Amino acid sequence: MATGLVAWPAAGRRRRRLTHEALTGYGLVSPSLFLLLVLLAYPFALAVWISLTDRVLGEPGRFVGLGNFGKLVGDPLFRQTVWNSFVYTLSTVCLKLALGLVLALLLNQEFPFRNGVRAILLLPWIVPTSLSVLTWLWMFDSLFSVINWVLLGLGVISRKIPWLGDPVWAMASVCIVNVWRGLPFFAVSLLAGLMAIPRHLYESADVDGAPVLRQFWHITLPLLQPVIAVVVLFSTIWTFADFQIVYILTHGGPVNATQIFATMAYDVALVAGRIGEGSAIALFLFPFLLIVILLLLRRLRAEEGT
Amino acid sequence: MRRRRGRALRRLVGLYLPLAGFLLFALFPFYWMALSSFKSNPELYNVRANRLWIADPTLDHFRDLFAKTAVLQWLANSFFVAFLTTAISLVLGIMAGYALARLRFPGAQAFGIGTFITYLVPTTLLFIPLARVVQGLGLANSIWSLVATYPTFLIPFCTWMLLAYFKSIPQEMEECALIDGCGYLGAMVRIVLPMAIPGITFSAMFSFTLSWNEFVYALTFISATTHKTMSVAVPTELIRGDAYFWGELMAASLLGSVPVALLYAFFMDYFVSGLTAGALKG
Repeated sequence: MATGLVAWPAAGRRRRRLTHEALTGYGLVSPSLFLLLVLLAYPFALAVWISLTDRVLGEPGRFVGLGNFGKLVGDPLFRQTVWNSFVYTLSTVCLKLALGLVLALLLNQEFPFRNGVRAILLLPWIVPTSLSVLTWLWMFDSLFSVINWVLLGLGVISRKIPWLGDPVWAMASVCIVNVWRGLPFFAVSLLAGLMAIPRHLYESADVDGAPVLRQFWHITLPLLQPVIAVVVLFSTIWTFADFQIVYILTHGGPVNATQIFATMAYDVALVAGRIGEGSAIALFLFPFLLIVILLLLRRLRAEEGT
Repeated sequence: MRRRRGRALRRLVGLYLPLAGFLLFALFPFYWMALSSFKSNPELYNVRANRLWIADPTLDHFRDLFAKTAVLQWLANSFFVAFLTTAISLVLGIMAGYALARLRFPGAQAFGIGTFITYLVPTTLLFIPLARVVQGLGLANSIWSLVATYPTFLIPFCTWMLLAYFKSIPQEMEECALIDGCGYLGAMVRIVLPMAIPGITFSAMFSFTLSWNEFVYALTFISATTHKTMSVAVPTELIRGDAYFWGELMAASLLGSVPVALLYAFFMDYFVSGLTAGALKG
């Protein structure tokens, strides 16, 4: 009875509020929307347009259709860049996932100063990458490399490793630094996933006498899988479009052995001044990006549904 | 007895040794950065000396930096840009995040997905056309170009973080406020924001860091020495041709890293809980 009495005015207020609600909503999102349209959607459209022209710095370009893209596909340097980008992304994401999982499992155990250790391990991720990579550049120095000095001293190696001077070692070096910087993100995110797994699952597995490795395989991994998927997708985007590590450590060298999408786009567009072609290189990132975005959206939708 | 020793051994091999390995990997570069910045040049380039220690610490590199370079200006630029863009993005992110979390209006979902996608767009995809837009706006070669463009990745980040956070706050109290005659904005400012302070702190800190660390846009838009931010000035201004002055470079890197490290030292609790709670739900 009482509910019947208050239901009427409430419904009336609700209907009146709906327009007010919508207006407030639009009012609140419009500044962001405006900014994102002007400085994100418009530049994106512009990027597509520029990539269809043969624009060179300081001169208006001609429309060349898909000419830039066709030229790039046939360009051995660009092919190498694509290959390098895949090597760089796949190897580092796999390494970061494997090491991140190990580190998360370690950090999930009880030990003294646990919170301090968790916080301090984040440092590589929060400190400006350009500055920490300079430190790595110094650590990889051909004459004064401290890593070589230590490894020689310990007798692990008998000759200096040419960290940035040799094509294969240079790729390994940029990968090491990428893993160093990205590992904290994996570890902390996976740790959050681990902490969300209900304890009683392990307790009942203990009662059943399941060995630790089996528990990991049958409880931890399946329950961690959604977090793993999101972390891997995020990291794939960031690594694929990475710029600073390669730009500062090797500039794409030696002989383009570490050239990746972003560094090549920068070199072609801003150093050589071929803006149209550079834009086309940057846009090659987009299809891959789109796939990852769609996968992520599906993932998040699925989680929302459950 | 034997059992206890077996357990200690297992802890050592299964926890402390691998953890020590990870700590060494994560922290050695910072040790090396700090060490090099206090080493004198003769010691820095002496192949015979013990490289992992300093025999004779010196402040020469810092003195040179302050006397001969615009390092104070670069630091000030970084602070200015990071502070301003964080403030802008936080305010706009709170507004958009609240609207998406609480209000129903046509197009809300599309806007939500749109912001999520823009959050994922890497800066390297757009730096070429943005350079032209920045020039068109008359902001080329000035730190205002960064103030204008950094919100494009900070707003989506703040919106998504805060959207998740606002959703986790129970709605009942706001409904009371709404019935008592508070408007939506009143309910947002008086009820929701005070409860969301941990989430807001985390978003602010992280935005500040993203802004402080940004490299691609700052490298592309600005070439004037006095307008550069720390993250770009150090690798571009302090490396002259092929000459690397490592003492100076490491001292400057240390100066550019300490502010964010301090920020995290102060707000560590917010940070670890914020990351472990909301970061991925967004």
